[in-house]
Amino acid sequence: MDWGTIFNNTLAGLLTPTTIAFALAALGLAMHFGFAGLLNFGIAGFMAIGAYGYAISVLTFGFPWWAGMLMGILGSIGFAILLGVPTLRLRGDYLAIATIAAAEIARLLFLTTAFTDVTGSADGLFGYNKSGGFTAANPFPPGSYGFGPWTYNSETLWVLTFGLAVLAICVWFLWALMRSPWGRVIKGIREDEDAIRALGKNVFAYKLQALIIGGVFGGMGGIIYAAFANVSPGVYVTSITFFIWTSLLLGGAATIFGPVIGAVIFWTLQAFLSNILPELALNGILPVDGTQAATLRFVLVGIGLMLLVVYRPQGIFGDKREMTFVK
Amino acid sequence: MSNNESPQKTTGLHVGKAEPGCKKNDPMLVIDNVKKSFGGLTAVDVEHLEIPKNAITALIGPNGAGKTTLFNLLTGFDNPDTGTWSFLGNSLSGVPSFKVAQMGQVRTFQLTKALSLLTVLDNMKLGAKDQAGENIFRSLFPGFWKKQDQEIEVKALELLKRFKLDAKKSDFAASLSGGQRKLLEMARALMTDPVLVMLDEPMAGVNPALTQSLLEHVLDLKKDGMTVLFVEHDMHMVRHIADWVVVMAEGKVVAEGPPDTVMKEQAVIDAYLGAHQDTDLGVVTGRIDTINEEKSK
Repeated sequence: MDWGTIFNNTLAGLLTPTTIAFALAALGLAMHFGFAGLLNFGIAGFMAIGAYGYAISVLTFGFPWWAGMLMGILGSIGFAILLGVPTLRLRGDYLAIATIAAAEIARLLFLTTAFTDVTGSADGLFGYNKSGGFTAANPFPPGSYGFGPWTYNSETLWVLTFGLAVLAICVWFLWALMRSPWGRVIKGIREDEDAIRALGKNVFAYKLQALIIGGVFGGMGGIIYAAFANVSPGVYVTSITFFIWTSLLLGGAATIFGPVIGAVIFWTLQAFLSNILPELALNGILPVDGTQAATLRFVLVGIGLMLLVVYRPQGIFGDKREMTFVK
Repeated sequence: MSNNESPQKTTGLHVGKAEPGCKKNDPMLVIDNVKKSFGGLTAVDVEHLEIPKNAITALIGPNGAGKTTLFNLLTGFDNPDTGTWSFLGNSLSGVPSFKVAQMGQVRTFQLTKALSLLTVLDNMKLGAKDQAGENIFRSLFPGFWKKQDQEIEVKALELLKRFKLDAKKSDFAASLSGGQRKLLEMARALMTDPVLVMLDEPMAGVNPALTQSLLEHVLDLKKDGMTVLFVEHDMHMVRHIADWVVVMAEGKVVAEGPPDTVMKEQAVIDAYLGAHQDTDLGVVTGRIDTINEEKSK
């Protein structure tokens, strides 16, 4: 077995544009679920809206890259309002059903051939980073940067720097919100919204604000993902939502840094498993063939999610007393 | 214990005879034709009711009389089918619950709603009204709300001391006992500086030792100039602290009056024990033929 390559690839998973995109989306879920108690199973929909919002405004409407990204953010705000106004009156578990349906509707709208001119249908969209000027805005001259497993070309480095900056702003934003009286009301709503209503707070407005903020984080995750790879409807499937949930619960739902660290651990583990499992199969240790071994990691993700929820619901960084599924 | 001496009762609240729907000298809540039915069941059907100001009013009645439903209607947690009601002269029809609370009418719940995974102090601070830091944009910059938050904390600690919860301030509310949660809920309600405090079964599930201190807290509310309306099943408590008693049965107000007289009224006894309390059970169910035969003679 080639342990050198396995470890090199695993360590590379620590810092990739995908990791940052997932960290952003997990941060959005932390706002929704960890702090406001909104069961959102449609975070993939918010990411899709962000990514398509960016790509479509650049390709179809000729916006510059930054305006395109702003459109992606506006799109996720719009999606949050559209989703929130009719459904936030629902009890938690019904909201989960509504969000999962909304995310699927969004994905299928991007997939349908009815709007191929704009959405590219199953092929998705590409080339917007170049035509929108995001690639040209790269301040790093071409070349190779970094060391060891973390060696990047200038394009990846630019996406990473940009993504880390966005992530840092979002982390600060969430931290600033949650230490304030606004955050107190949001946590109160998670505990019992009728009690908060009886104290004279407009619960619906607070829930909508929380849904919008988390949705924008999710949208930005989609934008960072799009800034690195192509936009394709095959990415924003429901399983992405569950990967993000796993990252969130791994780190700790009601924490600020938990979702970020959770996403990093998740993708490092993914990189490790996707390298080691085929290797094990090849050496005859696992009784399956190589391709089956690669998909086995998703089975392991599912098992991991179940074990987390049962044995460590507060995640790595959470306060055991604060986040638990047994009330 | 000071429960041996009876608290000072407020009298002279009503105009004319003490009967259902009688006028009050200084009403705080006026209810007209409020009706609410769930399917075929009429839960609340109140023609006219006035709740006196600066007094403790008890709302009593057997289970299913519609007391809690009336509470929910008055606080905007539920909408009636018909009717109007006003609070200090402002109509409350169609006003959402949070606005009702902002107007100074605060309520507690039959099943205590402590915010379990927030600290006791955070529970209290949530009660304060008009917090600048509760606006999403201002919340980002502590300059806007730090000072106000400290003032709120001082006030919260004072109240916690009064309710003997100050030692628990940094614990999660989930760690409090049932009675302490009742106290916390009441203290939190007081953080909103209410004019009318509505307590839904404040004594349910509270041990006798705590009952005494809860009673005194309710009496203190009146001393501090607040009006109290409470639902309760404990008749001793009602007799002890209420200035006025409203009796409901099957959704209607069947009697009103000062506690010592209203409890003796036939309508109240009927409501609690049934109108046929003197009749043999056999006659009511029609299972004992002999009595029927006797009657038919």
